[in-house]
Amino acid sequence: MKATDKARRQFLALAGGAVATLTIAPGVLLLAPAHGRVPGEPVTGKVRWGLLIDTTKCATGCDDCVTACNRENGLSGKTRPTDAQWIRKIELKDLRTGRQASLPMMCQHCAAPPCVDVCPTGASFKRADGIVLVDKHICIGCRYCMMACPYKARSLVHEAVTDQNPDVPRGKGTVESCTLCVHRVDRGDLPACVEACAAAGHHAIVFGDLNDPNSDIAKRIARHQTKQVRADFALDPGVRYHGI
Amino acid sequence: MLGLALGAGWAVSQERGAPAGRVPMPVIAQAQGEKCVEPADFMRRNHMQVLMFHRDRTMHEGVRTTQHSLKGCVECHAGPKTGTVAGSKDDFCQSCHAYAAVSIDCFECHAPRPKQAVARTRRP
Repeated sequence: MKATDKARRQFLALAGGAVATLTIAPGVLLLAPAHGRVPGEPVTGKVRWGLLIDTTKCATGCDDCVTACNRENGLSGKTRPTDAQWIRKIELKDLRTGRQASLPMMCQHCAAPPCVDVCPTGASFKRADGIVLVDKHICIGCRYCMMACPYKARSLVHEAVTDQNPDVPRGKGTVESCTLCVHRVDRGDLPACVEACAAAGHHAIVFGDLNDPNSDIAKRIARHQTKQVRADFALDPGVRYHGI
Repeated sequence: MLGLALGAGWAVSQERGAPAGRVPMPVIAQAQGEKCVEPADFMRRNHMQVLMFHRDRTMHEGVRTTQHSLKGCVECHAGPKTGTVAGSKDDFCQSCHAYAAVSIDCFECHAPRPKQAVARTRRP
């Protein structure tokens, strides 16, 4: 390959934007993850992570997403009032028509999260890329956010926790919820529930960048009718549902 | 002052081998890695600031570099017997913190064992 060709190819690769590249040495390119963030760079508001849940593909009775979430994040999986629950399966039934739908419900990663508004310490926050998290170093366990959340997405850890996943610290006296598997997203992987749903062959959950018009999720949202749950609250959730 | 005392105590225990006298010296086992991410003197006095800075960068900005991560500390310093950094009084973090009478809160939430060790024992 001629030198000019190589230069052109490098230019095209950069202009294309599919994969962010960085020339380390002549002929050596550093390929960044698909979301284009070089390790060590802070997240930016250019990206907004979100989920699209196709309830027509979500199978009634299947809870692979829930078990995958529990395994990944070290939750007990029990459903007593004092157990943490980051994602739950919900069965809907239209009483008039009898039509049934099944869907997973978790933190909706709102653009205007009420849990962040009410937090007295600043522990509940929205990351620049749209993921809503609890900074447990600052959380005092007051549970205002649990009351503010219209989706019932948050839980308080009531008992001491051992054997945490090193990527997912959890501790007594702090509030927690779905993190969109932020530790996996940051290394370029899919959230555990998305992976489990695909592994079960349902492909009902799509994860991606809502801000990128070329991403799979943005294309699907542009093509199909989707709903945000309780859109009347104008919280602009990052999780959308198709078929409800 | 605390740092100085700690440094001095460590030096003494290194010279004499086993801790002697009335004051129990911290046990500092050889870590698994080649060398620490910063000089030992610096880390003895400043590891808390280093960790605090990195924690905020990771939590709020998603920066997950390994240079100053707590996970990195645990991976190298987990004790050979217990496999943790804070399981018994001889483990790396615990022994020094007990000596300095400083409570250690990190491991109320963070795993005190490396990822591979946790993966082995966690229920499926």
